[in-house]
Amino acid sequence: MGRTMALRLAPALGVALMVVLVAPGLAAADTLDAYNNSSGSVTDTVGLNSVAINTMWVVVAGMVVMFMQAGFMFLEIGFSRQKNAGTVVAKILTNFSIAAICWYAVGFAFAFGSEPSGLGGLIGGTGFLLQGYGDPIAAFPVMGFSNVTVEGKFFFQFVFCAVSLAIVWGSTLERIKFGVYIIYAVIFATVIYPIGAHWVFGGGFLQAGDWLGTGIAGMQDFAGSTAVHLIGATGALAVLLLLGPRKGKYGKDGKPRAIPGHNMPLFGLAVMILWLGWFGFNGGTALGIQDGRFAEIILVTNLAAGCGVLGALLMSRLRQKTLDIGMAGNGAIGALVGITAPSGYVELWAAVPIGLIAGLLVPPCILWIDKKLDDPVGVLTAHGVCGIWGTIACGFFTSPRLAQYNAFGDPAGGLLYSGSFAQLIAQVVGLTVAFTFVFAMSYGTFWVIKKVYGLRVSEEEEDAGLDISEHGMYGYPEQFIPPAELIGYGGGASATIPPVPVTAMATKEMPV
Amino acid sequence: MKMVIAYVRHEAFEPIRTELLALGFPSLSISEVKGSGRQKGITERYRGAELTNYLRPKVKIECVVASRDLMTIVDTILKHGRTGAVGDGKVFVLPVEEAFRIRTGESGEETLQAHPDAATTAAAG
Repeated sequence: MGRTMALRLAPALGVALMVVLVAPGLAAADTLDAYNNSSGSVTDTVGLNSVAINTMWVVVAGMVVMFMQAGFMFLEIGFSRQKNAGTVVAKILTNFSIAAICWYAVGFAFAFGSEPSGLGGLIGGTGFLLQGYGDPIAAFPVMGFSNVTVEGKFFFQFVFCAVSLAIVWGSTLERIKFGVYIIYAVIFATVIYPIGAHWVFGGGFLQAGDWLGTGIAGMQDFAGSTAVHLIGATGALAVLLLLGPRKGKYGKDGKPRAIPGHNMPLFGLAVMILWLGWFGFNGGTALGIQDGRFAEIILVTNLAAGCGVLGALLMSRLRQKTLDIGMAGNGAIGALVGITAPSGYVELWAAVPIGLIAGLLVPPCILWIDKKLDDPVGVLTAHGVCGIWGTIACGFFTSPRLAQYNAFGDPAGGLLYSGSFAQLIAQVVGLTVAFTFVFAMSYGTFWVIKKVYGLRVSEEEEDAGLDISEHGMYGYPEQFIPPAELIGYGGGASATIPPVPVTAMATKEMPV
Repeated sequence: MKMVIAYVRHEAFEPIRTELLALGFPSLSISEVKGSGRQKGITERYRGAELTNYLRPKVKIECVVASRDLMTIVDTILKHGRTGAVGDGKVFVLPVEEAFRIRTGESGEETLQAHPDAATTAAAG
């Protein structure tokens, strides 16, 4: 009955949504015009070329980050069984689309808009539907140092939100109801991610520092070890605690059993796509190219990723007595997550220890978490543990030169330079606050979803696989439908012989 | 000697296997098969077009046991294979004339005996 109600309401909701989203757009204006009329107006050709070239890089970087969705898609498909491969495609497409709409309507304003008076440090409030923000530099103050057009900044920050949302679902494979994706995606892209990201790297109180008169240093998170990856992994933890393990993961003795994914080559492709995507992710966060920082950031990113693979393989050899392919890939991802926060704050050499430690952390953490929590792709380790490590790493490795350049945090740099714990404390406090907020919001959301709608598919549906039970089709039909039945009508000699009207099988084999 | 051939649901196999191990019957072969019985076909929609699928996947278990052990095996399969819904599968029993162990050349029912360690391994694992 609930389903028919929802079906009846759907067209009305759709129309309402269209009106809300489309109507304000009728008054749209181009931001290059806005630039020309703004306080920091650029009217000369050199100035406009500067805007154009910086916007070009940020939009291209954003497109590369968008392609990371393909990475998440194939990473999850590779680590799923064949019967649950197709559903991931539908999930990624749906989530990315929902995030696009929610970010446009609300998310961007909450995350990066200038703060309304009285809510200082907590939430942004300009630029809903990317309208009526006035001066584009003043309206999104934390990105004010860059002359990239607002559309460029909006697009770049949107793909970050979509990445964070994609991370959430890594822990839920093979047993979650599809509707849960849709409900949580709306809340995540509208409220949870924008507010968390605002605090950490949108100009909020954690980033600004000295909140409530604590005198604490500003938190440093360049491209989002906390703001994107830890927030995603925190959502993943919240849903996993309520969802429970896959059927058959833990025996009666409580020991975990491996449920191998079906395609390691696809996983490998995914890791390479993500690795590439990270160059846009970190390099693009420079929001321009004219200071030349972006290339340095990309180099730092790559060094860390390489060290991550080697660290994970080394630890895998020591702990598992083998060179585990999944661990190597997760080592790369863990190191990339780890270098995300420090990438704009550390010198080249620091990328080596940051990446290496992230890689060394991956195998033991995956094995340890697997004892109690069924996390099929290792999201809690790669994005959670390594996100925490990356955030803390700023407290050790941030160089004074770059802290001053970015103008966030202790200008004396991290512990290794300053000998002071100021930055380290700011990092630990910052990630604790962000984790607590996101965990409380996500756990609450999933708890309500569980009570009202349910999180898990039925046991029969889990056995059959989500492809057939949720989508009515298989990701790999030939694996599940005998080829004999896939040949179908016509073709060859049978084309000339009239088919028998009703076969014995079709009539007799129905249940009595 | 008898051969038991059983067609069961995938999810029934693991409990059957565990109990047979515990009872001291580790020797069996399985194959993934697809077949039809009275279970209804399922209809898949592939990009809007319907495709009805009458052959459903099952696990085929084959094992050869001494005649006196037959009902132990069959009862185990019946107990764990039954959900009560159409599609639980079937068990067939066939006579077996002779059995040889390739490693030693022995023949007869003793080739079917579990290895002395097998039952204890099963109990421990």
